[in-house]
Amino acid sequence: MKIKDYVGIGIVMAAVAVAPKLVGNEYYLGVLIFAALNCLTCTGLCLLMGYAGQISIGHGAFIAVGAYTSAVLTTKLGWSPWTAMGCGVILAAGIAVFMGLPTMRLKGHYLAMATLGFASIIHIVAVAAVDVTGGPSGITGIPRLQLFGFVLNSDTRNFYFYWGIVVAGLLLAVNLIHSRVGRGLQAIHGSEDAAASLGVNIAVDKIKVLVLSAVYASISGSLYAHYVLFIDPGPFDVMHSVLLVTMVAVGGLHNIWGAFSGALLLSLLPEGLSFLSEYLQTFDIRYRTDYDTLIYGGILLLIMLFLPEGLFEGLSRLLKTVFSLRRKWGGGLARHAE
Amino acid sequence: MPNSILRLENLRKKFGGVVAVDDLNLVFNKGEVTALIGPNGAGKTTVFNLITGFVKPTAGTILFKDIRLNHKKPHAIAALGIGRTFQNVQVFSNMTVLENVMVGRHLRSRNGMLMSAFLPPMLRREENRIRASAQERLVLLGLDRYAHLPAGSLPLGNQRMLEIARALALEPTLLFLDEPASGLNARETMAMGELIHKIKSMNITVILVEHDMELVMDISDRVAVINFGRLIAQGTPKEVQLNPDVINAYLGT
Ligand SMILES: Nc1ncnc2c1ncn2[C@@H]1O[C@H](COP(=O)(O)OP(=O)(O)O)[C@@H](O)[C@H]1O
Ligand SMILES: [Mg+2]
Repeated sequence: MKIKDYVGIGIVMAAVAVAPKLVGNEYYLGVLIFAALNCLTCTGLCLLMGYAGQISIGHGAFIAVGAYTSAVLTTKLGWSPWTAMGCGVILAAGIAVFMGLPTMRLKGHYLAMATLGFASIIHIVAVAAVDVTGGPSGITGIPRLQLFGFVLNSDTRNFYFYWGIVVAGLLLAVNLIHSRVGRGLQAIHGSEDAAASLGVNIAVDKIKVLVLSAVYASISGSLYAHYVLFIDPGPFDVMHSVLLVTMVAVGGLHNIWGAFSGALLLSLLPEGLSFLSEYLQTFDIRYRTDYDTLIYGGILLLIMLFLPEGLFEGLSRLLKTVFSLRRKWGGGLARHAE
Repeated sequence: MPNSILRLENLRKKFGGVVAVDDLNLVFNKGEVTALIGPNGAGKTTVFNLITGFVKPTAGTILFKDIRLNHKKPHAIAALGIGRTFQNVQVFSNMTVLENVMVGRHLRSRNGMLMSAFLPPMLRREENRIRASAQERLVLLGLDRYAHLPAGSLPLGNQRMLEIARALALEPTLLFLDEPASGLNARETMAMGELIHKIKSMNITVILVEHDMELVMDISDRVAVINFGRLIAQGTPKEVQLNPDVINAYLGT
């Protein structure tokens, strides 16, 4: 199990290494950078939802906290992006503790409701607190990141750096899953009572994993701000939080690779489908609608209907059945001969 | 004179209008197997939940050695060396059999989130120790050949065994078993009886709730009978069997 996870990380690293050469085009490199941000957030969200079994439908708010903290501190106070990012992390962690304290003592989906409320509040604050957030017109002039004197000023540099962070995030998550702490989280998901009876401090551990997932989201938000260099409240609405939950669920909650592949798929799928509208026009279908959105929804629906455990586990189960069927066919005669 | 390990003094629990446990006074002896019996709804599981911190007492005192357990959380009570199983089995079905037992070693190491995420090589030896001692428990309970199966895939009898293996991994001095033989067939019930003997021989005090009277009479040193949350009899299995109040309670006359 553990070895599989490290092999997975190896595969991701290899893919990251060759991707810019294969993609070439700056636009698609940008798409992959946005995908990296989603993968990072969803890795943290998967620890919270898939492993500890606690649902957050407002995780976009933690992304907003990171993005706005970075943007405000760097543009208005001239702080270094790294210090600002650290402040975002601390703020997001503090908010997570604040939300976790009352909700995590209770069984049931109080956290889901609290995070949803928090997401709407953050969006409203981003729109309304014009003096700080720039309101609907947002904040411009966010500086680029610098790393050991290198300015991350090309998409290739950004690509490598951002995906490097995704790999690091995956590695930390995998380490955690296979540790005492990770087993404690999975135990909480399996049965809170049984976990407590074995000495797992469920309230504290649930708050800790909420904080961890908020930190992942906040870093992803800061990285977003330093990539697009301009932020406004638009991307931080509640729908984005719902999309994050969908990514984790479509890929498969109970496996970090599920969440990862879900995030990757749903980040790339819209690009893959964007040709559809043009294609349909050549068939003289003039009715104006978002065909790509339609197909996108259809694909989600099919996955959830036929692979309810998520794309990752669903597909690996399918592959396993196919292989074992072939082995049965191939090995049938040999067994008879014995 | 055996010395006591656990005392319940005027213990009382009300759920709304229902008095589940009513002024219960009971002393459990160290090293013995005590059975708590009584009709359905008598309050046996509630007594377990009170002692292990899952419900808070309305009144009274729970004393483990000299420690008052009244306001302690379940995880803190586990840390005192008190283990338990559940009437409706609660294995972690999302984990393998071995991982279930490894959770039982949770309190035997202290490493937190940062250490686990950033420095896993430092923890390798400890992980190996945890895995080895979990494996030992599986061998003890004859579950080792299922080690890498998902716990949810085991039949009920093995799941009950797994719950006990997990609780034993805690290295408890006091172990609560809530209906360990319920849902088991005759052969599995016999194996459960042998296991409880084995646990007793490991110097673990066992308190169990059980409806299988043959099993109770076979393995218990003492039996306490409760009905409507009240103690109606206690003594050796023989004494209790002949007690007219007990016969009444069971026949409902
Ligand atoms: N958490 C609870 N909330 C409300 N009532 C409860 C709860 N737990 C037990 N009871 C009630 O307390 C009484 C004793 O239940 P229980 O301890 O489960 O009995 P037993 O284990 O002896 O069958 C029953 O009337 C039951 O309905
Ligand atoms: Mg009961």
